[in-house]
Amino acid sequence: MMRPQEVATTSELAGAKREELSGPKVVSAPKPAPTPPIEKTGTSETEQPKLRVSNLNAWYGKTLALKGVNLLVPPRSVMAAIGPSGCGKSTFLRCLNRMHELIPGARAEGTLLLDGEDLLSRQVDPVVLRRRVGMVFQRPNPFPTMSVRDNVTAGLKLNAVRGDHSQIVERTLKQAALWEEVKDRLDESALGLSGGQQQRLCIARALAVEPEVLLMDEPCSALDPIATAKVEDLIHELKAHYTIVIVTHNMQQAARVSDQTAFFYIGELVEVGPTEKMFTNPDKAQTNDYVTGKFG
Amino acid sequence: MAPEAHTDKVFDVELTALRDKLLDMGGKVEAAIAGSVRALIERDSSMAEKVKLQDREINRLEVEIDDMCRRLLALRQPAASDLRFITTALKIVVDLERMGDLAVNIADRAIQLNQSPPAKPFHDLVTLADLSEAQLKKALDAFVEKDVAKAEEVIQGDDLLDALYQKLFNELLTYMMEDSRVIRRATNVMFAAKQLERFGDHAINLAEMVVYMVRGTDVRHPHSRDVQQG
Repeated sequence: MMRPQEVATTSELAGAKREELSGPKVVSAPKPAPTPPIEKTGTSETEQPKLRVSNLNAWYGKTLALKGVNLLVPPRSVMAAIGPSGCGKSTFLRCLNRMHELIPGARAEGTLLLDGEDLLSRQVDPVVLRRRVGMVFQRPNPFPTMSVRDNVTAGLKLNAVRGDHSQIVERTLKQAALWEEVKDRLDESALGLSGGQQQRLCIARALAVEPEVLLMDEPCSALDPIATAKVEDLIHELKAHYTIVIVTHNMQQAARVSDQTAFFYIGELVEVGPTEKMFTNPDKAQTNDYVTGKFG
Repeated sequence: MAPEAHTDKVFDVELTALRDKLLDMGGKVEAAIAGSVRALIERDSSMAEKVKLQDREINRLEVEIDDMCRRLLALRQPAASDLRFITTALKIVVDLERMGDLAVNIADRAIQLNQSPPAKPFHDLVTLADLSEAQLKKALDAFVEKDVAKAEEVIQGDDLLDALYQKLFNELLTYMMEDSRVIRRATNVMFAAKQLERFGDHAINLAEMVVYMVRGTDVRHPHSRDVQQG
């Protein structure tokens, strides 16, 4: 049985695109509007939420881990999911690229629309889906037998993206705030990097593949404050083009990087709203207690 | 189900200390306004001097409370109700300090008035003083009890205070027109009355901040907001 992390790594490899990230280094044409491989609703993307979650329930065996979650994630925005351990926020994240169902006995029900397509439909190939919905994990998971460079380009190679990859390697490593530390050791094993460096390598690898939606599960928990600030800055840059959902235990991080914050508690979405409101004047007493540190 | 205490108990201790210090300051401002009005009515210059001396304590508390708030903001990164409490503290401390200054102004007038023969007693001035003091007391109670209804009473109570001030103003004008020799004295009384009216306005500021602290809604300047929205 594959561990979920390994599976997702493979799925990351499957999702490569030829377009490059639009950034200061980019020389090719700007990134065209995303063209989903599956059928699409006629509505224009700007008017529609990128993700529309309706009555989402998720189980681990007989345990109901997510109870009737409803929320919308606008395109080109950052949504942070916060809540104490076991609240369902990671389960929620894993449902968004159908990684949840990879766990034995786990299943999800409800409606989960990405640009209007139901992701939970049987017609949707999870591998194809994960081309569009990439993921960065809590624990660094670089390919142990590959060099730093090959880790970044693995997805491109698997998808037979031709051409000079060195530019992509440099750009994505810079975006992941890792370039200065690894530029002289690109051909050394990724395992020679520190934990924090490995994590940033995984972010670079996810970026090389250019997903439309990027899921981040505690992406900074292994990073020092400077590297964390760099990744948070990167998140701000990425949201100009991508939709990001981030799970974090660090409430200040959620406050800093996100446009919307969703607070989960014991499998339920207690409240979701603009981050500014959630941290200054949330509607629910439970949210207030959590963000003020009153949960025991 | 809302728990009252923070998981980090030290944070609770710090927030309680801030609240207590604000109340200490509020209590001193209450004493200052009561003392200054007494100095005026009872022609007690030593009381007026005492009010002036105690204002230093009020000023010191303002600086201390500011420091506490900055420290909490930097070290605790407060959110939601805690954030609103601390930012409210930062704002009402300015009003309280100013209220202390108004009491000192009244004390100064009392000292001047006490050097000349007694002016005609103005019952409305006593009523105005009682009302201003009551407004502050109620605003502070609303703050401690997080009582929006009480804060709204303070905000509405200002109309009465203004009306009383206007009445006293007209009374003093008539008094001066009748006898020009009393102009100097009556002007001092008028000045004192104006301080009390201003005192009441600051009590409203406190009450408005209490509403913000509890509900998170800003009730200040509703007309200005209409202009912006329209």
